[in-house]
Amino acid sequence: MILGLEGCVVNALCDMSTGQRARVVGVPGNGAMSRRLLDVGFTPGAAVTCLFQAPCGDPRAYLVRGAVIALRREDARAVQVEPAAREVITWA
Amino acid sequence: MGLSGTRLIALAGNPNVGKSTVFNALTGMRQHTGNWPGKTVASARGVCRHAGHVYELVDIPGAYSLNARSAEEEVARDFLCFGGAQAVIVVCDATCLERNLNLALQILELTPRVVLCVNLLDEAARRHIRVDTRALERLLGVPVVGTSARGGRGLERLLERVEEVVGRVPEQALRVTYPPELEAEVERLAQSLAPRLRGRLEARWTALRLLEGNDAALDAVQAHLSPLDIRPAVQAAQNARAVLGISARQVETAVVGAIYREAERLCGAAVRSQEPQGGRRLRVDRLLTGRLTGIPAMLLLLAAVFYLTIRGANLPSQLLSDALFSLEAPLSRALDALGASWLHGPLVEGAYRTLAWVVSVMLPPMAIFFPLFTLLEDVGFLPRVAFNLDGCFKRCHACGKQALTVCMGFGCNAAGVVGCRIIDSPRERLIAILTNALTPCNGRFPLLIQLITLFFVGALGGWAAALMLTGLIVLSLGMTLLASRLLSATLLRGVPSAFTLELPPFRRPQVGRVIVRSVFDRTLFVLGRAAAVAAPAGLTIWLLANIAPGGVSLMARLNALLDPLGRLLGLDGVLLTAFLLGFPANEIVLPLAVMGYAQGSALVQTGGAPALQALLVQHGWTQWTALCVMLFSLFHWPCSTTLLTIRRETGSAKWTALALLLPTALGMALCALVAAAARLLA
Repeated sequence: MILGLEGCVVNALCDMSTGQRARVVGVPGNGAMSRRLLDVGFTPGAAVTCLFQAPCGDPRAYLVRGAVIALRREDARAVQVEPAAREVITWA
Repeated sequence: MGLSGTRLIALAGNPNVGKSTVFNALTGMRQHTGNWPGKTVASARGVCRHAGHVYELVDIPGAYSLNARSAEEEVARDFLCFGGAQAVIVVCDATCLERNLNLALQILELTPRVVLCVNLLDEAARRHIRVDTRALERLLGVPVVGTSARGGRGLERLLERVEEVVGRVPEQALRVTYPPELEAEVERLAQSLAPRLRGRLEARWTALRLLEGNDAALDAVQAHLSPLDIRPAVQAAQNARAVLGISARQVETAVVGAIYREAERLCGAAVRSQEPQGGRRLRVDRLLTGRLTGIPAMLLLLAAVFYLTIRGANLPSQLLSDALFSLEAPLSRALDALGASWLHGPLVEGAYRTLAWVVSVMLPPMAIFFPLFTLLEDVGFLPRVAFNLDGCFKRCHACGKQALTVCMGFGCNAAGVVGCRIIDSPRERLIAILTNALTPCNGRFPLLIQLITLFFVGALGGWAAALMLTGLIVLSLGMTLLASRLLSATLLRGVPSAFTLELPPFRRPQVGRVIVRSVFDRTLFVLGRAAAVAAPAGLTIWLLANIAPGGVSLMARLNALLDPLGRLLGLDGVLLTAFLLGFPANEIVLPLAVMGYAQGSALVQTGGAPALQALLVQHGWTQWTALCVMLFSLFHWPCSTTLLTIRRETGSAKWTALALLLPTALGMALCALVAAAARLLA
């Protein structure tokens, strides 16, 4: 856990627990993957929810901009997020 | 406009938004559709007519953006930039509009001749998402049409609006504005580029790519617009970044960020959603991917599909077999009447009997399995399978999307090999291509089903057979993983690459359409191919059995030649001959073996199960033989169509040879082991 520029707590996306919500702070990497992450909607400010995980715990599925995107742990590490108030999504 | 007056229209959109469905509905063509991203791997072209005009539609591969570096997205970008389309239909998913608008807004930077097609409105309505297409049109400045392509709604209107933008350029098309400092540099660069581009490409778009340092896009520009030299502009962009004090990477983030903010604004004004978070969809997903439930649920579903296939195929198989074999006598009489009774042997006993066998054994299971599998595909099940299995593939240093190509392999290995294009990393794509034939295709299921039923489950019935078949599939998956690991440890060394896998929402399948489509487009096609091969192969078998120079038939000589190797593998010479002759199509292996056994024997009618079992046992079959035949059917050389496809996809004779040797070696090793064990135990 590190402190972001604006003093908020910054986590990696992969450290979210299922059901947790967060806001994207940035994708600081430099490769094609961080570009792809931006393209599918992980841009600064986007709301993201960790929905569920595969049987062995990896990969995980994230809800971002209305779509569900699965990411492996090491790929999700590239996305920095700022956790929203702990909130568990409802089971309607 | 082309000389012929045909108007070229591009069909673009994110992966899995129903683009191919729109394409099919407009052109009356039958591009395969399925609920998983990356299905359209090559552009398809089709023609439709509207109001006296002919439109040529190009269904380009799905893309999240025009900037990313995947093969499909490059195809999409190049076509939109240089394909010469007179208008672009951007198909969007109404249930996920914000993400889809990212691409739409990027395309608007290339051309204002865009019609936004907000598809899947029916799906959105079901989820209480309402899209105000009028508000969206007002804000975007280009025509917006709501459609439900699967029900054919809104398509007429879509063509009307396409005609409109072909005739007149929308003047108020929305342009994303970037942060002021960046905007100034974009403008400056664009102005200097415009005279050199001479309208062949939007200068503003090019300027943005220059500032982003997007080399892949710039290489494409250079290649398509040669002799244009963009090096000075690249230098100018570099200087501009230095002046602004930001990196190419920061420009990228700023650009994507600005586009998404615009998309957020548009959706804020045009989309009303009362969809409850979570709910039933999430519950189903959590069940299908749960730690304790995920894998069992997948296996159970697979077993259920097999159960329905096995149980359902029984009766029609018998009826077809009776009907087709009862035609033999009239055929013979007809040949006699024509005075060509000498043709009776090769034509009736060889070609026709094999054909009848293939049709009666193949058609029923295929006609049941294909539609059921397509239904699962339509619902959106396959991406969940890939999601669940990703951990295994990761451990083998392979791509999680390989699970999708494995699933496609169940239908047809050649299709699975083409499907490997969805894997971006060349190393991982090769692994997926080389191992695809380890997945039993639809053509091999009838053999597996038949042998399981005859030799293993006996009176236990359908569920036992389905479970055993499921076990074999698990084995083939294990073999795929093993081979992938082997390859990534030796010839294709490397670490797993990054990838994103979109899990599309479950969609209500269109049962009627799926059944009609999968029976007519896929089952009959594959059956036709098998039948076309079956008749000549049957003829060959007959000739081999009946041409006997020196009193010993060619068949006997071939059998004697192959028998030692066959025995080593737990098979025999006839079976190896059948596998070899079955090279053009796996479907005909068992029928050919039966023909080989039946030659010269008194047994004429081989359609019924008891008669078949008796024939096989008479030729020395035991449960071990059946097991080895099933294993060898799972793991041997790919069929000729698949090999040709591998040759085309890899462009290399060496990799093609490996694709042939790898499964063959694995199968031979496994069969030899089992045969040795059988000898020990016997």
